[in-house]
Amino acid sequence: MSDFLHDGWSLYIAIITVVSLLACAVFLKMLSTQKLAKGEQPGTTGHSWDDLEEFNNPLPRWWMWLFYITIVFSFIYLILYPGLGSWGGYLGWSSTGQYQEEQKRAAATFGPIIDRFLKQDAVIVAADAEAREIGQRLFLNYCAQCHGSDAGGSRGYPNLRDGDWLYGGTPEAIRTTIVDGRNGVMPPMAAALGSSEDVRDTVHYVLSLAGRTHDGLRAQRGRVKYATACVACHGADGKGNQQLGAPNLTDDIWLHGGTEAAITESIVKGRVNQMPAHRDFLDEGKIHLLTAYVLGISGQGGK
Amino acid sequence: MQAPSTCNTYNYTVVRQFAIMTVVWGIVGMLVGLIIAAQLIWPELNLTPWLSYGRLRPLHTNAVIFAFGGSALFATSYYVVQRTCHVRLFGDWLASFTFWGWQAVIVLAAVTLPLGMTSGKEYAELEWPIDVLITLVWVSYAVVFFGTIAKRKTPHIYVANWFFGAFIITVAVLHLVNSAAMPVTLTKSYSAYAGVQDAMVQWWYGHNAVGFFLTAGFLGMMYYFIPKQAGRPVYSYRLSVVHFWALIFTYMWAGPHHLHYTALPDWAQSIGMIFSLVLLAPSWGGMINGIMTLSGAWYKLRTDPILKFLVVSLSFYGMSTFEGPMMSIKTVNALSHYTDWTIGHVHSGALGWVGMVTFGSLYYLIPRLYGRTEMHSMKLVTLHFWVATIGIVLYIAAMWIAGVMQGLMWRAVNPDGTLTYAFVESVKATYPYYAVRLLGGLLYFAGALIMGWNVYKTVVGQKAVDAPIPLPAGAHA
Repeated sequence: MSDFLHDGWSLYIAIITVVSLLACAVFLKMLSTQKLAKGEQPGTTGHSWDDLEEFNNPLPRWWMWLFYITIVFSFIYLILYPGLGSWGGYLGWSSTGQYQEEQKRAAATFGPIIDRFLKQDAVIVAADAEAREIGQRLFLNYCAQCHGSDAGGSRGYPNLRDGDWLYGGTPEAIRTTIVDGRNGVMPPMAAALGSSEDVRDTVHYVLSLAGRTHDGLRAQRGRVKYATACVACHGADGKGNQQLGAPNLTDDIWLHGGTEAAITESIVKGRVNQMPAHRDFLDEGKIHLLTAYVLGISGQGGK
Repeated sequence: MQAPSTCNTYNYTVVRQFAIMTVVWGIVGMLVGLIIAAQLIWPELNLTPWLSYGRLRPLHTNAVIFAFGGSALFATSYYVVQRTCHVRLFGDWLASFTFWGWQAVIVLAAVTLPLGMTSGKEYAELEWPIDVLITLVWVSYAVVFFGTIAKRKTPHIYVANWFFGAFIITVAVLHLVNSAAMPVTLTKSYSAYAGVQDAMVQWWYGHNAVGFFLTAGFLGMMYYFIPKQAGRPVYSYRLSVVHFWALIFTYMWAGPHHLHYTALPDWAQSIGMIFSLVLLAPSWGGMINGIMTLSGAWYKLRTDPILKFLVVSLSFYGMSTFEGPMMSIKTVNALSHYTDWTIGHVHSGALGWVGMVTFGSLYYLIPRLYGRTEMHSMKLVTLHFWVATIGIVLYIAAMWIAGVMQGLMWRAVNPDGTLTYAFVESVKATYPYYAVRLLGGLLYFAGALIMGWNVYKTVVGQKAVDAPIPLPAGAHA
């Protein structure tokens, strides 16, 4: 479809708009000339359909003026605001301009309140009661949709209070997670492991790592498989690798579930998980407050 | 007057079929509405994917607009055009096709929408094969309607037919343009337009679906059944001319007000807004003409429940056509948009205007299609009126309060610049109003059931009667 970029379209729109509004007024004028003399009764038009007839009352005056007023208002509006093609209007208003103006005003008003914490270390901010309150409000609007109002997370969305970190719990790591987002990928491993029995053995070894009920014999066999296919990311001791975002398998904390079925699914189908980047809609001050807030609720704020 | 010519009768068969199905689809569509209203309070009622909110919501809108409203428009326009042209309907078999074709469209919608087949365009969700069937039915409808107009025995065309005619032509244009799509499979297609142009075409369609399907068509209904039931001439021919042309002309421009503060260019938003404001007077022209037709017969309102339905429908029409232009003002829209205020606005038009004028017209129409002068029970008609009216008031008041509350909550800011309320808090705060809305809907639905019973008792065991065609007044046999 055309993007209608030619200048002629602007003129076309402006002319049609003006002519249409004028046409309404002219049409109204043409049909509002008739008036009833005092005491005169309106006649019918003399037509009849299925015994229905019509009086020919003049237009109610108040209604006619209402109509005119809306037309006059429209012309005034079109002079003041954008509407006539590409002409921007006398006031120079635009929705983008209004947005930027509001952003600027907000930055001027609220910026100092938020930004004063930038000078302080995140660990100190985390202990500040006021900063925590602001941080919580930000969290409820930007983070709670996935991580929950209490930051407790849910299946696929990490719990932020348990002190367990996929990518690290230092202020720098948390900040990076918020700013750039994270892409967690566990590849499908069924083919690398071999038969479905091999997969099952590996699952039982993973269960054993977390101290969960498991089949000892299978776990023993799975240990071998683990050492070839899983060790690169999750480490020889199963404690994971925060550089890669590979979860610790020994702490019995599960992002995608810790049952035999859930672990099997993770291994066979793999997992793709995303934390979106927030750099485009949160400024430095807010990111700092959120970093400190998350640090605080994870129980590491004082460390 | 004139002696009725007995050699010919009106085609009431198709009118009867559509009239009865209006009642049936009304009950079905409102029931689906009740279910989704309940799902908003108790999300656990989303039992299966087929019965989930996202699929039932378009089923509700399609059922009440196109199945209930559409059948009502077919029934009344076929009745009115014959009677005011003093000729039998053009093309009996074609009229019969429009009935069975339209019912097929409705049944296909009721199957495909729960299955999740959708083009994703609001009020135009049906996939392309159904769109093709709609086109065939609609063209046939136009042929039947205008064919009847063409062979009329009256020198002039009655005002109700202007509105029905405008509605039929415009809906054809809207449907063809907006539903243009590239089919991929039998059940999937992609819109012919992209991005903001797609959005603009969609809302040009969407708002004119309201303007022509739900306004012009039902004004046609109003222009016949109010003067008939009141036994009075229409108030002003002149007013009908001005408001008809002004209404159908300005409605065409109003669509962009659905896209305020979006990627749509500012100039288009402005034009949508000003023409929505200009639309106020033309819309009210219809209300004035309907209500003033009663001057000299106001006393009938006290005793005649059918007139009550018709006049209250006009009051709601006037109210929502005032509210609409106000909501199209950018600054008001900034508060009202995306809130339940919009839902309240739509339902004051849908339940108050479209529903009530349809009920009133059907109560006039149905007995006459079965050789009776009156419904089985006029007391039940009165009961229906009060139950429905209270239901509407509860519904729209709840949604108004909820909508304004949501709009205010979403924009509330703390002294530190953070939002005062998380979105979920506005959802939580809306629960009581959802409950009141459900109650209102329940009452309105109960009214429809009362009507269903009354219609059943009126027609059961009665012989279908096709009235003879009288000569028009002033004509010589």
